Amino acid sequence: MSRYFTDEHEWIDVEGEIATVGITDYAQEQLGDIVFVELPAEGTTFDKGDDAAVVESVKAASDVYAPISGEVVESNSALEDEPALVNSDAEEDGWFFKLRITDASELEGLMTEAAYKKFVAAL
Amino acid sequence: MRYLPLTDTDRAEMLSVIGASSIDDLFVDVPAQARLTGKIAGLPTHASELAVERHMAALARQNLSAGEAPFFLGAGAYKHHVPASVDHLIQRGEFLTAYTPYQPEIAQGTLQVLFEFQTQVARLLGCDVANASMYDGSTACWEAIVMARRITKRGKAILSSGLHPHYVSVASTMAKFTGDALAHEAPTLDAATDIDALIAAIDRDTSCVVVQYPDILGRIADLTPLADAAHAVGALLVAVVTEPVALGAIKAPGHMGADIVVGEGQSIGVGLQFGGPYLGLFACKQKYVRQMPGRLCGETVDAAGKRGFVLTLSTREQHIRREKATSNICTNSGLCALAFSIHMTLLGEKGLRTLATLNHGLAVQAADRLAKVPGVTLLNDSFFNEFTLILSKDARDVVRTLADRGVLAGVSLGRLFPKAPQIGNGLVVAVTETVTPEDIEALANALEEELA
Amino acid sequence: MTMLKEGRPTTPEPVKDAHMAPATATGNRALMLEEALIFEIGSTDTTGVDFAQAPTVASRLGTLARTDAIGLPGLSEQETVRHYTRLSRQNYAIDLGLFPLGSCTMKHNPRLNEKVARMPGFADLHPLAPQSTVQGALGVINELAVWLIRLTGMHGVAMTPKAGAHGELCGLLCIRAALEARGDARQVVLVPESAHGTNPATAAFCGYKVEDIPATPEGRVDLEALKARLGPDVAAVMITNPNTCGLFERDMKVISDAVHAAGAFVYCDGANFNAIVGRVRPGDLGVDAMHINLHKTFSTPHGGGGPGSGPVVLSEALAPFGPLPYTARMADGSIHLIEEENVGEEMPQSFGRMSAFHGQMGMFTRALAYILSHGADGLRQVAEDAVLNANYILRSLDDVLDAPFAASGPCMHEALFSDKGLAEGFTTLDIAKGLIDEGFHPMTMYFPLVVHGAMLIEPTETESKAALDQFIMALRSLAERAKAGDEALKGAPYHAPRRRLDETLAARKPVLAWTEPGLAQAAE
Repeated sequence: MSRYFTDEHEWIDVEGEIATVGITDYAQEQLGDIVFVELPAEGTTFDKGDDAAVVESVKAASDVYAPISGEVVESNSALEDEPALVNSDAEEDGWFFKLRITDASELEGLMTEAAYKKFVAAL
Repeated sequence: MRYLPLTDTDRAEMLSVIGASSIDDLFVDVPAQARLTGKIAGLPTHASELAVERHMAALARQNLSAGEAPFFLGAGAYKHHVPASVDHLIQRGEFLTAYTPYQPEIAQGTLQVLFEFQTQVARLLGCDVANASMYDGSTACWEAIVMARRITKRGKAILSSGLHPHYVSVASTMAKFTGDALAHEAPTLDAATDIDALIAAIDRDTSCVVVQYPDILGRIADLTPLADAAHAVGALLVAVVTEPVALGAIKAPGHMGADIVVGEGQSIGVGLQFGGPYLGLFACKQKYVRQMPGRLCGETVDAAGKRGFVLTLSTREQHIRREKATSNICTNSGLCALAFSIHMTLLGEKGLRTLATLNHGLAVQAADRLAKVPGVTLLNDSFFNEFTLILSKDARDVVRTLADRGVLAGVSLGRLFPKAPQIGNGLVVAVTETVTPEDIEALANALEEELA
Repeated sequence: MTMLKEGRPTTPEPVKDAHMAPATATGNRALMLEEALIFEIGSTDTTGVDFAQAPTVASRLGTLARTDAIGLPGLSEQETVRHYTRLSRQNYAIDLGLFPLGSCTMKHNPRLNEKVARMPGFADLHPLAPQSTVQGALGVINELAVWLIRLTGMHGVAMTPKAGAHGELCGLLCIRAALEARGDARQVVLVPESAHGTNPATAAFCGYKVEDIPATPEGRVDLEALKARLGPDVAAVMITNPNTCGLFERDMKVISDAVHAAGAFVYCDGANFNAIVGRVRPGDLGVDAMHINLHKTFSTPHGGGGPGSGPVVLSEALAPFGPLPYTARMADGSIHLIEEENVGEEMPQSFGRMSAFHGQMGMFTRALAYILSHGADGLRQVAEDAVLNANYILRSLDDVLDAPFAASGPCMHEALFSDKGLAEGFTTLDIAKGLIDEGFHPMTMYFPLVVHGAMLIEPTETESKAALDQFIMALRSLAERAKAGDEALKGAPYHAPRRRLDETLAARKPVLAWTEPGLAQAAE
């Protein structure tokens, strides 16, 4: 399994043709207390860069973009009852949705963990 | 200038603190050609309180108010007695001159009222949740159509012929620009509502069916079959209530399966006011709450653990979502919501039911009496406090002539539906607790003479 | 002599720490009374209203009689008066003190206006009453309309919009109707970054694509960037003037000319009209449509969040497209209401109706009474005093608080500060909550978004110099405490009915209606 990062502060775990997507720990810290996550329905298809989910704090609503193209195969229903999971465990239990990857070549442009850390440090 | 506290001495001192030589220095950014040098021509100068009051009183005297005549107008705005304490309490400066409760530590009064109001409205309409109010019933109705589009991702709404024509107009105006498709026809003069036709019209492109209850002709029908038909194809039922007092006597739309219930709250606590400000009611099922427009107040605790209230779920709203907001609405109808809530608290369930029974009883008496007038037929089998009479001639003319005789007879269908002359003999008559037996006799006699 | 030693002591002991504010059994603190919900203190069997006996009739409700328990508690009249009076005392209000919410224009609400609005000739009128019986009411609408047109130098006015945002909608619908009438399908509305959130929300609601216009470092619209963006796809530009940074858009006329040359329209957000009423007419600056918040500039009460009223003045190009119904004075002096029935001959291009009836009549009577009281001379003084008061605050505090646009010249009716220079960890929120303890309503905070930790202060013209001086003293003290890192400030407010409230909890587990405690527990 390999993990990629985007400059929109999303992480992507790829296992075979399935990608699990979430927002980074850095992102959750910037957003503050998460109060609601709007997740895509199963079967929705996205092109890379489409609005895929919305993550809300008390005072802000942020769009989460699809980091790569694909079809949603599962959303993290645990977030419906406990959006705080995004704060406590953004990069594991706080995942957002899983995609069936349409075009694996899109992964090539994404960052490694080390590159993302460097990117964040420069912000 | 009784409202301006600064003296010339104050102004001079303040200018010197600022470092300006005259007030004109503070307007330097206005382009020279746009600066006005003196007062605007053609407008009068300031006036004393007495003079203004006299001027306004003279204008007020040119009107025939509802309390001065036998009065039977309804059709979306109803005259009810409002207890004196309602108007007294809404004029407390802490309510009247407060702003939107953005600083909850010093706005718990307004916030608790909104929480109570939301609960009262939800229970009255038979829904899980209600918002803190909208501008009026007509705009709430359009917002419900838009909300149904968001939920179902379909763009076709079916509007009942019994929906208030001005509500239809508002929706049509907006739909021209948003691209929503609206199906609507003028009503026919039948005792039955158009529910069967609506059921037949629902298809898989339908976002919602919008039905008024009681409808514009005063008719009432069980909404359950309509709700079932809508839900069977994934559409929503939007119910519109323009006379909430009715819900002290007849089943709540939410309990008959309506997904969104909107209404005009004017008839409880607010008064006629020539059309505004009024009070849009908006309630829905719990599962749709995040798609709701408008402000919401919710319960929470403060840093010391005490219960308190705040505006919440505001990420739906324009100041955060900007162009992605559920609505551009930026306000509610706060003071009208307060009036509604106080009046409803004074009534309580017992008072509301008594009021509704009284309205219905007087309306039945009036309908039976007026139906005996030669040239008058009663349309309705069932009604609450409003019904339609079919006259032997155009009701517009009758209404105007009776007004000249000091009787405010009702609302003619010609005024409401100018493009449907086939129903022009219809007259919508509302009878509330403010109507006396003498008023009913006065109307009956005047009609008898006019139709003879 | 008699030596009566019984009786109450008349000299209090000096307060020692041990005597400070013990908890009370009731939770009340003298005049600050806690108040439960009506659902906790009322009962469905109680009513505060008496009615005449209903006549006995056979029901015509068919099968629809309501038989369920509705769950609406009632209170007697005395309990009702006490419930709402107690709640009212947990609110801050203009009647209590300075309410410097930037962009909201919280000025004194004269009570004459309330008296006038309640005259039965206005308050007890049905919106569909025959026109012959409501000539005075139509006269009020018409007279107010004339004032608004002349004060703004515009061609016409749409009176029906029910609030500022509703007025924006009206203006954009006029623009869209005008464009469609000439067969021009433009898709884009340009909005400055500093605009009120309603501007982009309204444009999107009308089906437009919204694009930002950048601001210059001095806080005004970037004219060159705007000109560069104009083109055949741009329908309108929405500009707030004076803008939300409290500055007059100097280039307004140049902007309007450029927008018109590109075939688009200028919408002006008139939320800040109070700064210029009587001194500048938007019509002279090339504006095509502007809403006027009667609840701001013309002092109708804010009522804890509405009702507002947002008439829209229109240029000659847009006036034919305005909404129904509207009033027209005829040659014989009578006033006609133009509705769907007669619109064809009168105004065939109207975009239609946008609310059920005539707009906010109760606000029209109040606004007209306010306008007549001031007259044209007094309204000019209103703008001058509003601007003077704001500049006085700006220059009295710019040594302790960062004023990002202080070098851009005088402000209009609002003074804008940022959180720059506060001690690490101290925010605008701390200063706002500190103001509550000092007895003031906080300023608008975190708006406009273009300034970090924005504090937007609008004192309005109805504050005396003494009130301003006290406010300045309080804010100066708070700024100094926040710069010095006084930790106590983070706990503020201490003296309000509630401490800081948990908004996260409210949003994560929304409780939007009351439920009986038993039911609430069972649901968990």
